[in-house]
Amino acid sequence: MTRPRTLYEKIWDAHVVEQRPDGTCLIFIDRHLVHEVTSPQAFAGLRASGRTVRRPDLTLAVPDHNLPTTARKDAGGNKLPIADPESAAQLAALEKNAPEFGIRYIDAVAPEQGIVHVVGPEQGFSLPGTTIVCGDSHTACHGGIGALAFGIGTSEVEHVLATQTLLLQPAKTMEVRVEGEVGPGVTAKDVILHITGTIGAAGGTGHVIEYTGSAIRALSIEGRLTVSNMAIEGGARAGLIAPDETTLAYLKGRPYAPRGADWDAAVAYWKSLATDPGATYDKTVVIDAADIAPSVTWGTSPEDVVPITGTVPDPASFADPSKQAAAAKSLAYMGLEPGTRMQDVRIENIFIGSCTNSRIEDMRAAAAIVKGRKKADNVKWAIVVPGSGLVKAQAEAEGLDRIFTDAGLEWREPGCSACLAMNPDKVPAGERCASTSNRNFVGRQGPGSRTHLVSPAMAAAAAVTGRLTDVRELMA
Amino acid sequence: MTPIEKVEGRAIPLGLKNVDTDVIIPAHWLKTTSREGMGKGAFETLRADPDNLFDSAEYKGAPILIAGDNFGCGSSREHAAWALGDLGIRVVIAPSYSDIFSGNAVKNGILPVVLPQAAIDRLMEVAQTDPVHVDLDTQTVTTPFQDRFVFEIDPFRKMCLLEGLDEISLTEKSDAAIGAYEAKLDAERPWMRPAA
Repeated sequence: MTRPRTLYEKIWDAHVVEQRPDGTCLIFIDRHLVHEVTSPQAFAGLRASGRTVRRPDLTLAVPDHNLPTTARKDAGGNKLPIADPESAAQLAALEKNAPEFGIRYIDAVAPEQGIVHVVGPEQGFSLPGTTIVCGDSHTACHGGIGALAFGIGTSEVEHVLATQTLLLQPAKTMEVRVEGEVGPGVTAKDVILHITGTIGAAGGTGHVIEYTGSAIRALSIEGRLTVSNMAIEGGARAGLIAPDETTLAYLKGRPYAPRGADWDAAVAYWKSLATDPGATYDKTVVIDAADIAPSVTWGTSPEDVVPITGTVPDPASFADPSKQAAAAKSLAYMGLEPGTRMQDVRIENIFIGSCTNSRIEDMRAAAAIVKGRKKADNVKWAIVVPGSGLVKAQAEAEGLDRIFTDAGLEWREPGCSACLAMNPDKVPAGERCASTSNRNFVGRQGPGSRTHLVSPAMAAAAAVTGRLTDVRELMA
Repeated sequence: MTPIEKVEGRAIPLGLKNVDTDVIIPAHWLKTTSREGMGKGAFETLRADPDNLFDSAEYKGAPILIAGDNFGCGSSREHAAWALGDLGIRVVIAPSYSDIFSGNAVKNGILPVVLPQAAIDRLMEVAQTDPVHVDLDTQTVTTPFQDRFVFEIDPFRKMCLLEGLDEISLTEKSDAAIGAYEAKLDAERPWMRPAA
């Protein structure tokens, strides 16, 4: 009898091309997603060494980081120029490199354009049991459909383009099991914020995290993508959620997903991937779903999480001296005093979007809160950025765009936007943003910006009250 | 990539934990199509302080950086490694690193040394006044005061760093094995190819 294996071990084993004597493995990569920021130097490297792309059929390029979220076409349907010359140059490089190397390319004005981690699953390009890489750490996202997906640097992008493989050491395995039912107002984002607060920003370093338990199984694919997206915020290069009926229902009929007899063969294979009974993980963390509240960050690390009903912690309350120092620095940057109730923190900016929270379910959750309400006067800037052109179209078909604009929020074109502020969408220095993105790092949303990570429903609640707010108060 | 074996010099005693890639190189420095000149943007927010370590007479151009847990967490941007390299840093010493950063560092000839916090604390003390010596071949960090700390490193990474190896050329030697894998995959799981 073969040894019981975890989901991670099964996917890993199925992708070993070669094992070196020192244990390093040459791993085959099934899907390579490419965007404009981390690829130009890789294409330049290929050109300089006279190399080609080994498997253009397994590679998909889409621009997302630099694109403005304002109109991309004029009234006549012509593409508008990109004002920032550096952004324009990066976008132009991808537009030129993709056809030159024979790669599938979704143009900035194509209806399918969007954030690469929204587009992959949406197009059925990302599939369970595949290895997926992209020069972006939030590639972990695709683990939500059961793919072994992780971010890589530009040297690795070039390596995958040239060889369709990577040289890797196997990771350790970690199970994060969330059992029970979450309460009202608690979303997938709150689940992953709570997990990150529990395990810490380095809790998963060296590991691939498999999320298990009834609370994870109960999540939609959108919710699972949100959870796995932030595996990297807990230090794990990849997250995984075993494919099940929810996954199959989501993928069936998508453009790049298998069809007919191929679909049946794929389903049989995907069902064989679940972690075997008796398989062991290197580490297990168990969380009771009932303990998870709508959550919010107070500091500049994604591990700085408290329930919305909580207060800003006192740095002295941390046992670790280096965490005490870090917390004091964070609070100075964030302009917060220990003991302040999170619900008393006033907010000037709202960002609903990013690869973490820009799918249709996120748009619906935010719209449900702002419906019939108005943006608070002290909120100066509130933007809703759908994750893709298809999400945007679906939201508009459901009338969600009108709900947002009636409430005084702006409805934008798809892209990464204010998550990392490479495009013109920035939070001004010294101002706060209730943001559905994934990182609250110093300067992340623009120099001097102060980020509070929240769910889409919580961001919507902050938009209408002008302060961090327990969304449950607006749900009655 | 430049091979690395022995590095001796001043070590910047940064010491902070969770130094993320946005701190190492803010996103607006990523709008480039080259790998060059990234040192100007390295640690921009910290260097806005006129009394920062990086630009001080004592530590300017120092080849070693000492940091706390989880150095390089966050983004996969290799620009973080390019920025450190352009700043002149060849070795980082910390209790732990993000997985993506440590891989990026090695691919750019930067050695990520892992040592326990107690050793970091001692090196932070030495770094205030004296140089630190790092030897990859013997896997040791030593000081002029008889301190000697041994570190572990993955043997493949060690070889890549010592030889300044180009991984793509190495992998190209496995071309036949990759071809065989692709043929087997097409036979056993043909549905793995994108349908459209």
